[in-house]
Amino acid sequence: MTDVLLRAGHVTRRFGAFTAVDDVSMQVQPGEVVGLLGANGAGKTTLIRMLLGLIAVTSGSVELLGGPPDRERRRRLGYVPQGLGLYGDLTVRENLSFSARAYGTAEPALPPVLARHAGILVRDLPLGAQRQLAFLAALAHSPEVLVLDEPTSGVDVLARAALWDTIRAQAERGTGVLVTTHYMQEAQQCDRLLLMADGRLVAQGSEADIVGSMRAVAVRTGDWARAFAALNAAGVPVMLAGRAIRVANSDPAELAVVLEAAGIRASLEPVPATIEERMLVLARGEKVS
Amino acid sequence: MTYAVRSATVRFGPALALDDVTVEVPGGSVVAVVGGDGAGKSTLLRALVGEVPLDGGTIEAPPKQRLGYLPASSGSWAALTVAQNIDFVAGIYGLAGDELTARRAELLDRASLTPAADRPAAQLSGGMRRKLGFVMAIVHRPALLILDEPTTGIDPVSRIDLWRLASEAAASGAAVLMSTTYLDEAERAAHLVALDSGRVLVQGSYDQVRAGFAGVITQTDQPVRAEWAWRRGRVLHEYWPGSDPPAWTTTVAPDLEDIVVALSLARYHAVPS
Repeated sequence: MTDVLLRAGHVTRRFGAFTAVDDVSMQVQPGEVVGLLGANGAGKTTLIRMLLGLIAVTSGSVELLGGPPDRERRRRLGYVPQGLGLYGDLTVRENLSFSARAYGTAEPALPPVLARHAGILVRDLPLGAQRQLAFLAALAHSPEVLVLDEPTSGVDVLARAALWDTIRAQAERGTGVLVTTHYMQEAQQCDRLLLMADGRLVAQGSEADIVGSMRAVAVRTGDWARAFAALNAAGVPVMLAGRAIRVANSDPAELAVVLEAAGIRASLEPVPATIEERMLVLARGEKVS
Repeated sequence: MTYAVRSATVRFGPALALDDVTVEVPGGSVVAVVGGDGAGKSTLLRALVGEVPLDGGTIEAPPKQRLGYLPASSGSWAALTVAQNIDFVAGIYGLAGDELTARRAELLDRASLTPAADRPAAQLSGGMRRKLGFVMAIVHRPALLILDEPTTGIDPVSRIDLWRLASEAAASGAAVLMSTTYLDEAERAAHLVALDSGRVLVQGSYDQVRAGFAGVITQTDQPVRAEWAWRRGRVLHEYWPGSDPPAWTTTVAPDLEDIVVALSLARYHAVPS
């Protein structure tokens, strides 16, 4: 058994003049679920593609299962891309046969929810069932590493809970899981998080580590619409939480000045920031105050 | 002004896509419809737009020229630039000359799309394309704005931008109805509607939904009744709809995800007495 399943050491990837991934080091160990977060264009997919050996690194090193990510090692990997990688014009059963043959393993048994659809073309399946099938195909050869790109996008809460049950069961068996997500509640299901911005790894650890010292201000007022308009016009990163307003990374005193100038009475309370707010502030290129 | 669907029923052949659904959308607020694939979100939105006829119930919507709609599919023309897309839609609503120039500049600025004004829509990122679709839906200052999954598959930063734009529209008086698969977004709305298989599972403000939730949710490694339990991170949560949980269990304060899962489970199982 390898100690580190996925490893990137000072990895950089350039496309022409553009640096997609910039000096990133990270690893995934057996039995842990690692969440990879970042805005579109942050470099998540490029990093994954290098780890899987689908594109070359410009500099630095990547290791899959203790060596270069070649075909032999990729056999021991399960990958569910965002597009699911299924064949729409093959049936459920044919898709599984195809991937079982490609990996040289036995065809997995269909769970009841998919058995009903065994002879149906995948393109005619509901999205939730397609995701389950993609998982089944990726897990059939008992992979040691599982890489999942937006695994539960668009599925209902019960199906999402079931997919996370599967992910956890894999991790408990010793599989290392790397999962990208845009869904913050999903990020909270991970053991450890990595946050990328502009190609760099800017924070890692628990949710608290990612948010760091950043605070937000909760603005409560009877006239949220005018308060929202005034703060928005002042150019601060404002968002709505129910009828309350949140402003990330701002000084309550400065916000009070803006609101007072607009003739709005409001209470301002400093609160811990969320991961989303941390990402918003990073994307705006601001320093955490 | 409040817009609404009342007791709406929609059938697609033998399938009941909407089953006696009532949703009100008051001016000046954001109402979020949440549910998975096939829950009936798009059907509800399209019924309000007038694209899907009702088999029962009534619709209260403004005339077409006061209605803005962002469909789940792109909503822009790939070969036209960002500015051309806006101008084309503005033209349909009779906006021209200085008025159009001013409105286009304002919308581009609010959506942070000014630097991309001359880029073909085909070359935009997913998040930028959604924002373009959004500004095209509000170019004529609609009284009712309907957004079908504006944020699905979009990165969190663009998602916050889209929420800010929707909040701005509501702050200026529009009634905004949006669908989403993200429960944390629904928590943020003034009023949320959880749909499951064409029926309303629960609706109200997040506070009302929490206050109205009956039963107890516990946290466990080993559920007492596996069919009432679901995964939350490293632990499982278990729902006790009618009976009290055993004394040794740990009770948790449910969030919207817990509430929606619990109510979905209750629909599938008979509640034990």
